[in-house]
Amino acid sequence: MPERNFKVSIGPQHPALKEPESFLLTLRGEKITEMTVRLGYNHRGVEKACEGRSYIQCLYLIERVCGICSHSHATCFIQAVEEIAGLAVPKRAQYIRTLIAELERIHSHLLWLGVAGHEIGFDTLLMYTWRDREAVMDILALLTGNRVNYGMNTIGGVRRDITPDQIPQILTAIDALEERTKYYVKVGTEEITLRERLSGVGTLSKEDATRLGAVGPTARASGVDRDTRRDDPYAAYGELDFRVITDNHNDVYGRTLVRLGELMESYKLVRQILKQMPEGPISVKAPRKVPAGEAVSRYEAPRGEDVHYVKANGTEKPERVKVRAPTLANVQVVSHMLKDGYLADMPIVIAAIDPCFSCTDRMISIVDTDRNTANTIEWNELRSIGINWYRKQGIDFTELNRNFKIARELK
Amino acid sequence: MFRPGKMIKEVLGSVLKRPATTTYPFGDNGEIAKNFRGKLRFFPEKCICCKLCMRDCPSGAINIKKTAEGKISAEIDLAKCIYCGQCVEVCPKEALESTTEFELAQLEHGKLKVTFSADAVGPAKAKA
Amino acid sequence: MTALFSIFVFPGLLFIAVSGLAAEYIDRKFCAKLQNRVGPPWFQPVADFIKLLAKEDIVPQHADKATFTLMPILAMVSIITAFLYIPMWGTQALFSFKGDVIVVLYLLTVPTLTYFLGGWYSRSVFSMIGAARSVTQMFAYEIPLFVSILAPAMLADTWSLSGIAEYFSSHPWMALLNLPGFIIAIITLLGKLEKVPFDIPEAETEIVAGAFTEYSGRLLALFRMAIDMELVVGASLLAAVFLPFGTHLGPAAGFAIYLVKVLFVILLVSLFRTVFARLRIDQMIAFCWKYMAPLAFAQLVADLIIKGAHS
Repeated sequence: MPERNFKVSIGPQHPALKEPESFLLTLRGEKITEMTVRLGYNHRGVEKACEGRSYIQCLYLIERVCGICSHSHATCFIQAVEEIAGLAVPKRAQYIRTLIAELERIHSHLLWLGVAGHEIGFDTLLMYTWRDREAVMDILALLTGNRVNYGMNTIGGVRRDITPDQIPQILTAIDALEERTKYYVKVGTEEITLRERLSGVGTLSKEDATRLGAVGPTARASGVDRDTRRDDPYAAYGELDFRVITDNHNDVYGRTLVRLGELMESYKLVRQILKQMPEGPISVKAPRKVPAGEAVSRYEAPRGEDVHYVKANGTEKPERVKVRAPTLANVQVVSHMLKDGYLADMPIVIAAIDPCFSCTDRMISIVDTDRNTANTIEWNELRSIGINWYRKQGIDFTELNRNFKIARELK
Repeated sequence: MFRPGKMIKEVLGSVLKRPATTTYPFGDNGEIAKNFRGKLRFFPEKCICCKLCMRDCPSGAINIKKTAEGKISAEIDLAKCIYCGQCVEVCPKEALESTTEFELAQLEHGKLKVTFSADAVGPAKAKA
Repeated sequence: MTALFSIFVFPGLLFIAVSGLAAEYIDRKFCAKLQNRVGPPWFQPVADFIKLLAKEDIVPQHADKATFTLMPILAMVSIITAFLYIPMWGTQALFSFKGDVIVVLYLLTVPTLTYFLGGWYSRSVFSMIGAARSVTQMFAYEIPLFVSILAPAMLADTWSLSGIAEYFSSHPWMALLNLPGFIIAIITLLGKLEKVPFDIPEAETEIVAGAFTEYSGRLLALFRMAIDMELVVGASLLAAVFLPFGTHLGPAAGFAIYLVKVLFVILLVSLFRTVFARLRIDQMIAFCWKYMAPLAFAQLVADLIIKGAHS
């Protein structure tokens, strides 16, 4: 066994990661002694792109920040915009948004179960959970018109209504899924190889979870009792009755239990929503130009607390949009959890925070390690830094840009 | 409490069941939901050339053009379209609709631009 | 002439190659059916093999070229040689001599060493970790596997595989005493074949492809063929030692029974592959040394006592 320290880089491309991020591990044999996380491989400039698009165009762009938690981002954004514009969203629209939110939570947690199974080599669990997840994907396609990126929201309400003939289909699917989830709870607690791989792995005490800022099921499995749906109710959650699932295991097994518990709560919530849904309009007319103002909106995505900040300036395009995805808060916990862990635990610990790196990569903050300062750089300044750096290397892009412009005009 | 191989009963039972996957594109692949948002369809005879769809499209995928004789044609770039249906919703004359067609892959990029024009008598002819 | 035929066609290279591909198909298809999927068509392993043969072999710059290219061939060769000593139908193998059970077990250890050497001399971090895990895992499963095969040898009072098969076909009730040994042998065979729950050396989500990370093209095709052949040879070994019925039925019926026995072992391996998760290397070593080794030694002691009582 190689006993000297050697570095392994997990990612950016690695079979364990569904999305690119770089984790540099220093190994001694099979034990991890040090870990460095580097983010930024998925940075697409979404926040900058929002500044050049109208609010309704931004809505579809923000929705595509992530495929799995797309409704979370869309609803969070649109709630901020509606607050600035002072729109009173009708009750039925709030209930429909909550319904889609809970269906999304169900599909996300079932997806996570499968991915966790795959990371520990239990492909059967992957196949079975994803087969059962198809039931909820079909329901979402029936209600919203697409399996992911639902496009259900619009400024001032929702776009589509739930018709009475869809309700029995939803209830049948929820009943079937509840049976299957009860079976997965049994598998998760009784299958010995699963318990061996998940228990005692990735421990995070309650103090560390609060200190490092973990959110979502990652924090709730360490006993931190925080859930935005209960603490700061949005949409229809103020009128619904549900439990917040916490657990004391402090490890990946606890996170599995928390997510399975949340699945059962979601089934109850969906039934409540369908019973309590009021009649009425599904949207109000929204102005094209949103008056000046700013708002912060919070939302409990399947992965944790999602925060959006929108600043409007009276035109039909936003001035600034900021997205703080839950994975950004959780990814700092990973290096703490993997210290003195085994290499074999690395995939499941990273998977246990339910990483969605597409959501994560936002603004780049430049840390100057020599002068120990950190500042943010404006867009044009960043561009000129890049151009000057390449000029110093002897590469000049002005010719290239000129030819490109000419080619574009000729087409 | 601990049962090694807990899934064994379920797993052996699956041997006798119908498989959950299909041999796409052969075999029985099920049906897509009726109001699935797939490829767009444009009715030139209803369009009034207000270009609200072009203004609201998040990716600039639709382009309405008026030809010399006053005939209206729409060019939709299937690669840029994100199938959100905002153009369908905002059109005041319901000249656009979402079909359920989703098998749109092509080997050449040029074939992904679809034009709906009214230079034939009758409903729109789609040139792919 | 017949010697050449035996070595290259039946039961040598061609037969084992074809049965290796068939075994891979059965394994993958059964696994798929258990997971409620359709699974690959019958020609999938053949297609994979031909595709890999057509690709370019890339030898890493820092790798030791000789070892890197030699290891797949060495793996295949040792497995085919081991197969020559395993009885298929009837109780006589193609070649047999006193002590050939030791030789067969040794030849079956050589592939693991080739994975180690091939991975180590690839000089890539992932393959070195995979190679180290391969050898570490060998320390865990080797003893229970050997002892569980040697216990029936003690009972049969012979060190030749053909002799063991002969003894148990004439005393079928003694074979029932080897049932715990059969279970131990199947579980440790999973370790040798590096299948879940013991596929730690090739853990895809942890170390990309373990010892095979840097292999591509023809060398990878040969390695994969060696792994398939190892499945057939291991299953034949278990069938010969632990399932001794139907051996006096003549060549055609005997061959059919042999196929049924090998199929049974392969299906058991696939079933275990499906219902367990992958263990960590320390958990696997603890499991093998805490449970498998004592059970195997208990089986050995029981066989010795029964042998003493019999004679």
